[in-house]
Amino acid sequence: MTEEFIRGALMEITVSPAGERAAVVQLRGRLDLLVAAEVKQRLAQAVSEGFRLLVVDMGEVSFVDSSGLGALIGGLKAARLAGGDLRLANLGTQAQAILELTTLNRVLRPYPNVAEALRAE
Amino acid sequence: MQRSYSETTLMRASWGPAEWAAFRRGLIKILVITNLTLGAYYLLWRGTVSLNWNAWLFALALFGAELYSYIGSFLFGLTVFRLRERGEPPPAPPGLRVDVFITCYNEPVELVRKTVRAAMAIRYPHQTYLLDDGNSPAMQAMAAEEGCGYIVRSAAWKGFDRHAKAGNLINALEQTTGDFVLVLDADQVPLPQFLDRTLGYFADPLVALVQTPQYFINVPPGDPFGSQAPLFYGPIQQGKDGWNAAFFCGSNAVLRREALARTGVRFFVYDVERRIRRALREADTVIRQAERRLTKADRRRIAPALRALRQAVAQARRELDRGDTFQEVTDRFQRRAEEAARMVVASDLRQIMADLADIQAAEAAEIMRALNDEALLAELAARDRSPLAAIETVRQLIPLLVNEAMDYLPISTISVTEDMSTSMRMHATGWRSVYHDEILAYGLAPEDLRSALQQRLRWAQGTIQVMLRENPLTLPGLSLGQRLAYFDTMWSYLSGVPTVIYLISPVLYLVFGLLPVNALSDEFFWRLVPYLAINQLLFAVISWGRPTWRGQQYSLALFPLWIKAVVTAAGNVWFGKKLGFIVTPKTRQAGRYFGLVRWQLLMMALLAVAVVVGLGQLAMGWRSDGLPVLVNVFWAVYDLVMLSVVIDAAMYQPAEEQ
Repeated sequence: MTEEFIRGALMEITVSPAGERAAVVQLRGRLDLLVAAEVKQRLAQAVSEGFRLLVVDMGEVSFVDSSGLGALIGGLKAARLAGGDLRLANLGTQAQAILELTTLNRVLRPYPNVAEALRAE
Repeated sequence: MQRSYSETTLMRASWGPAEWAAFRRGLIKILVITNLTLGAYYLLWRGTVSLNWNAWLFALALFGAELYSYIGSFLFGLTVFRLRERGEPPPAPPGLRVDVFITCYNEPVELVRKTVRAAMAIRYPHQTYLLDDGNSPAMQAMAAEEGCGYIVRSAAWKGFDRHAKAGNLINALEQTTGDFVLVLDADQVPLPQFLDRTLGYFADPLVALVQTPQYFINVPPGDPFGSQAPLFYGPIQQGKDGWNAAFFCGSNAVLRREALARTGVRFFVYDVERRIRRALREADTVIRQAERRLTKADRRRIAPALRALRQAVAQARRELDRGDTFQEVTDRFQRRAEEAARMVVASDLRQIMADLADIQAAEAAEIMRALNDEALLAELAARDRSPLAAIETVRQLIPLLVNEAMDYLPISTISVTEDMSTSMRMHATGWRSVYHDEILAYGLAPEDLRSALQQRLRWAQGTIQVMLRENPLTLPGLSLGQRLAYFDTMWSYLSGVPTVIYLISPVLYLVFGLLPVNALSDEFFWRLVPYLAINQLLFAVISWGRPTWRGQQYSLALFPLWIKAVVTAAGNVWFGKKLGFIVTPKTRQAGRYFGLVRWQLLMMALLAVAVVVGLGQLAMGWRSDGLPVLVNVFWAVYDLVMLSVVIDAAMYQPAEEQ
């Protein structure tokens, strides 16, 4: 019960369509081990709903840990297997730092904003 | 006044435990250096003037075995050179979120219940989970009765490689949220103070692992199967700890989840890069193969395209070195490869290319799937294809990579000893480990020879798998000390063949008169005896009252097992073969297991014959080489004593069966 409450309080996920097969996934809160499973599952669900390009808007994410990155990798895999892609936009300093620390930026290149991430080839 | 004065002097003169420990560490350093110096002195002489070229094959084999042992002493000496005895642990900070995982797979329910109860009774607040990979209703019912969390594989595993215990842990990590995880085997019963004694080390934010000993309570007197590992869970892990290289042994250890996750992410990226590089290497092979097959007529038209393709591969490699994102590298490669293909696709060829596209796409996909399988990869790359087909294969090769990218895994799955591999990856990612030398759990060791050997085989196989797949000598991110500390363990598992050479040597001399050295001169003794003496002394000081005789016997006597482990692990890594298990002995009689130790028995018979022949001929006056015979008889008897351990083990029967 408490766990559920904490999850609800820590992370809010909104998926909004942006164009034909693209969606912007807005995350709000801490992207950490408490919510990783849920985020991963929600991203996979978006892919199964038919979205091929997922742009994750990290603008409102206050903190990312490695389990959170694991959830993003899970989403990326789901998107790629469906022939699509997952992109990160609006990263804060801490998110940028852990992305570089793990060298994950070589797989998930961060985009400065959602529009650019949607537009990129 | 006077009394207190004498007490002070007494205190100064008598050493407490701390002084003795310091003395021992200093002595170990001196002995290690002396040992290596004497060994070099002996081996230099052995390698230069002593080799008997009349028996060159034997001479070189024995010299090779001695070199192997010397390198082993060097690695072992280095490991124990910085022995780290940590003593009292720092206090556990309150309020940490800890999960206790009990991994089980079809063990008896009542046995697991004991572990579950003890785990739940650990004092520091925590959540206990039973990770049941056997998915058994009885286990689930027991967990419910005890009020323990119960985890089985999620639906996501259906149809995928389950990765045994590694998969079990990965699955549980996904379903839980503690910041720290205590991992226990189903038969390791923890003490209530386990977490209080280990969590304190995590105050250092870089500590990822605290490993404690595995100690077995069901071992009968004399330890017939050599189950206890007092040398490993002691000086060896303490030595590795000194180099920040103490490693995870699968149970009785606390792990930091963030470290597992970050290492998983880091190695996910590492794996993707490794796959791209392998794919590029295969592309090179395919292109070169095609260039060799070009007919005269094709040459003018197709050679430039192949050259362009080769340049695209080289360019992609440069971009990877530069640190470009993988997407950029693969996109650009794809564009360049398409341009190259367009160079040959004149109107008359367009139809042919279209036909080829499907076939080559399938073939490219096959290569991508084979990226973890060196043998299959080589075969696919070397396959006969027309130059046009080659171009199409390469063009379709790289883009697939990104689609088939592997998952992020917090536990390594490259080896059946996921524990060692995972901790090596954590070290390579910059984390620290701690070996805390205090027994905090009581376990059960295998109670029959077959299971004991199976367990030993699995450890050896897993270690060799790690050596072949992610060699610590080349894995980026490790310090030199860590590289050598990990390599030490791997090197020790290669002892099978050198041991055979050592064992056969007295037989070759006593029965066939083959001597690997020129002459057993004084010089031989003056160089060898001090080396051996210091070696034994060093071993004694390192053991320091811990019983290590059984371990020494087994490390020699299990030579067939070590050879089998290396052969099967290499077959697995290079040729994709199954690892295999200890086969049930056909000659099993009344609970005796002589079939399992047949090679040892054969070797003992040979040695015994050699001793009889040598001494007999000497007594009859048929030979006059008294000294060499005595030296070889000495070694043969030593070998027989060491090997004799397998007879006890094969005859051993648990009390209830007797």
